[in-house]
Amino acid sequence: MINKIIPSIEQALANIHDGATIMIGGFGGAGQPAELIDALIEQGARDLVIVNNNAGNGETGLAALLKTKRVRKIICSFPRQADSQVFDGLYRAGELELELVPQGNLAERIRAAGAGIGAFFTPTGYGTALAKGKETREINGKMYVLEHPIHADVALIKAERGDRWGNLTYRKTARNFGPIMASAAKLTIASVHEIVELGSLDPESVITPGLFVHRVVQVPRSATGPAGFKAA
Amino acid sequence: MAARVAQDIPDGAVVNLGIGLPTLVANQLPSDREVILHSENGVIGMGPAPAKGEEDYDLINAGKQAVTLLPGGCYFHHADSFGMMRGGHLDVCVLGAFQVSAGGDLANWHTGAADAIPAVGGAMDLAIGAKKTYVMMEHLTKTGESKLVSACTYPLTGIGCVSRIYTDLAVIDLTADGAKVSAIVDGLSFEELQKLTSVPLIMAC
Repeated sequence: MINKIIPSIEQALANIHDGATIMIGGFGGAGQPAELIDALIEQGARDLVIVNNNAGNGETGLAALLKTKRVRKIICSFPRQADSQVFDGLYRAGELELELVPQGNLAERIRAAGAGIGAFFTPTGYGTALAKGKETREINGKMYVLEHPIHADVALIKAERGDRWGNLTYRKTARNFGPIMASAAKLTIASVHEIVELGSLDPESVITPGLFVHRVVQVPRSATGPAGFKAA
Repeated sequence: MAARVAQDIPDGAVVNLGIGLPTLVANQLPSDREVILHSENGVIGMGPAPAKGEEDYDLINAGKQAVTLLPGGCYFHHADSFGMMRGGHLDVCVLGAFQVSAGGDLANWHTGAADAIPAVGGAMDLAIGAKKTYVMMEHLTKTGESKLVSACTYPLTGIGCVSRIYTDLAVIDLTADGAKVSAIVDGLSFEELQKLTSVPLIMAC
């Protein structure tokens, strides 16, 4: 029998090795798997490369992980925010390497990894500092930049409902990077707020088919808080 | 400025409003037009901000502010969202800018200052990701320099991507023939506008 449901978050995070490349879902607070990040901090893996859209908000979640100094490099599109003080400090001190990627290229590089694409030409970034040193090509009169996929050892994503095959649904814009990150990692760990019987998710509404997911762990439902700007 | 941009967005258009000044356009859209708002974090059919206390931070826009969903709206993942842009499925994108060149180059993501932490987000995708890219910006910098320039001195976001700019002083189309002024604020003459602008302007008839 296939059963990807893992009884505890500690077990779900087992065997993540030092030096791993870890994709973490979320755009600001929405879709950020806070419980999995906390468990990763507990787990203690170090020398990590993190892939996320941002570089942490406030002092919790990804920011708390950065604070442990176990992250060697972050690949993201938008690190600097009103509440990114942890990242800002580490970056300015030269303690954290940054690979800055335009957001759509970040998403497509992740998608490409999951879809088995070797590399792709994209118009985004052509002629800018972020395409410096990259191969370019004119295709039908338009200029493109060659971008390569981003593969990960582990993806930590937040979904809404899941079943024992790993099928997932999401909630509103918290979906963001979840489905593509799930496809791009060797080990995809999803937190869900609800575990349901196999067959009870509407097959038309399954967003991430279970074959992309290896471990599912339930976490208590809590309201997503605001992130990305200074609270008034 | 926002009202002037809103006037030019046709009924039925799918539009992305960038962070900052462009966000203001949403409130100025004429009520008799149905315009679909896209936000790159993965939503189309975005509605107004929720009432205070009703915020759901699983439903946010690219500025990470709580929004609402209109009937007909839906969600999708990031690669689909940027595919919508890159694939030319958006009609209009309205962005802010530090500088725009007469040739339509856009600089809006990085001041280039040595101590600045770079952050690009979706700026480079948005710049090239709609059928029409409009820029909304103050005509002059705080120190009085023209933000419409012959060549951008700030790091570029995209090349030749901007087709029209809306400033607090004028509406200017960037065409192969040059920068064509289609509207000027009341009380300002074309000659005065030209004096404030560092590239040659043409008055559209």
